[in-house]
Amino acid sequence: MPSLRFHIRFPENKIKEPIIYQIGHEYKVVTNVRRADVRETTGWMDVELSGDVAEIERAVEGLRKKGVLVDPIELNVVE
Amino acid sequence: MAKMKALVCRECGKEYPTKAIHVCDMCFGPLEVKYNYEEIKKTISRRKIEDGPLSMWRYIDLLPVEGAATVGPHAGFTPMVRARNLAAYLGLDELYLKNDTVNHPTLSFKDRVVAVALTRARELGFETVACASTGNLANSVAAHAAAAGMQCYVFIPGDLEAAKVLGNLIYRPTVVEVEGNYDDVNRLCSEIAAEHHWAFVNINIRPYYAEGSKTLAYETVEQLGWRAPDQVVVPMASGSLLTKIWKGLNELRALGLVSEVRTRINGAQAEGCSPIAAAYMEGRDFFRPVKPKTIAKSLAIGNPADGYYALKATAESRGAMDMVSDDEVVEGIKLLAQTEGIFAETAGGVTIGVLRKLVKQGIIKKSDVTVAYITGNGLKTQEAVIDAVGRPVRIQPSLVSFERTFKMGTTGGGIT
Repeated sequence: MPSLRFHIRFPENKIKEPIIYQIGHEYKVVTNVRRADVRETTGWMDVELSGDVAEIERAVEGLRKKGVLVDPIELNVVE
Repeated sequence: MAKMKALVCRECGKEYPTKAIHVCDMCFGPLEVKYNYEEIKKTISRRKIEDGPLSMWRYIDLLPVEGAATVGPHAGFTPMVRARNLAAYLGLDELYLKNDTVNHPTLSFKDRVVAVALTRARELGFETVACASTGNLANSVAAHAAAAGMQCYVFIPGDLEAAKVLGNLIYRPTVVEVEGNYDDVNRLCSEIAAEHHWAFVNINIRPYYAEGSKTLAYETVEQLGWRAPDQVVVPMASGSLLTKIWKGLNELRALGLVSEVRTRINGAQAEGCSPIAAAYMEGRDFFRPVKPKTIAKSLAIGNPADGYYALKATAESRGAMDMVSDDEVVEGIKLLAQTEGIFAETAGGVTIGVLRKLVKQGIIKKSDVTVAYITGNGLKTQEAVIDAVGRPVRIQPSLVSFERTFKMGTTGGGIT
């Protein structure tokens, strides 16, 4: 099963929302958080999404619609 | 025993074989090269380095390749310019410019990292290399690949200006124009590198690629007569260059090639894209991604991969960070050109602008031996200064017109 790795960042007003749980229910993807730093005003997670590639892409779009910043695990690679 | 021990996760410390991988399977942290310093120490010496080639490969013992340099043999060992005029203008006793505007072959510091990346990629069995770039990196990868007879793919956003692409096409890489913006190219290249066995120099070859920047630190120390400067000013895009200069200095100290390192590492960014400098200035240990809006395109990385590590290196060295406006970038370019005769691209303007600020604030002191890194050539970003350099003096093709314009008498003389 394909998996892709992402770095996601939560704006302050989204910190308390169970967004990873919601994504796992709304899309056919398995979410696997591997590293995270969540504080009072900011938060990020390194997460793996597994599933069909098209479904992963829909889940990423879903995360963005919820107001979360989604980048590849490498962050910016265009130099 | 090999000089490379392993790739090691910068976060959890897990070790991996020295292959084309860049992310820790365990915690997703970035990987970097771990060396066998005990082994290196047995053979490395100032004398051995000084007897080496007049390129960055004189430091091959500290670079992540197994054999000889097969790509980019002439990269590096660029001039260290004693900048007396600029020093006098700023009020410094001893200022140097590490001048990578004349790096071989594509006139930017990227030739260092790409020479290492392609040499290593070839050792790992790749004959095709790729990169995602809008400027200097694409230029360097395409040029080096052409000279090495390797296949090259350059991925660019579809909305990139034509002029930026042209400089790459001359080397005949395959330029892949992705129908989308910067973020789309960014995501796609990460996915391609994850799914296909391609050597993306700044993705899965990144642990090796990034090490090339250390040579700027080695050259600095050697060219200063085997001493480390008191202060350096480094432009920041991903932040990698700054962290590797710090790493390089510490390696030389650990190997006994320089007696002490008290260097303060200072970072420079443009206001329109300053996630790392802003974090430093606000006292945060994390940065917030930004959408870049600056003329300093070569530094315009809004979500920098090494931002956290750059903050750490600056803190460890007790350095500082600052940022400059686009107007100050142009002023910096002009000041450098008009005092030292060096035409730098916009990143150089950022460096000089921040150097100026740090001196003004007393962070860099008059007696500090200071080195500023000038990482790219101004001929690449002429559009940034086109409205700021004045116009030619226009005269008729006659001696009368010449003499009238320059207010000369019939016996000749200078401009009055």
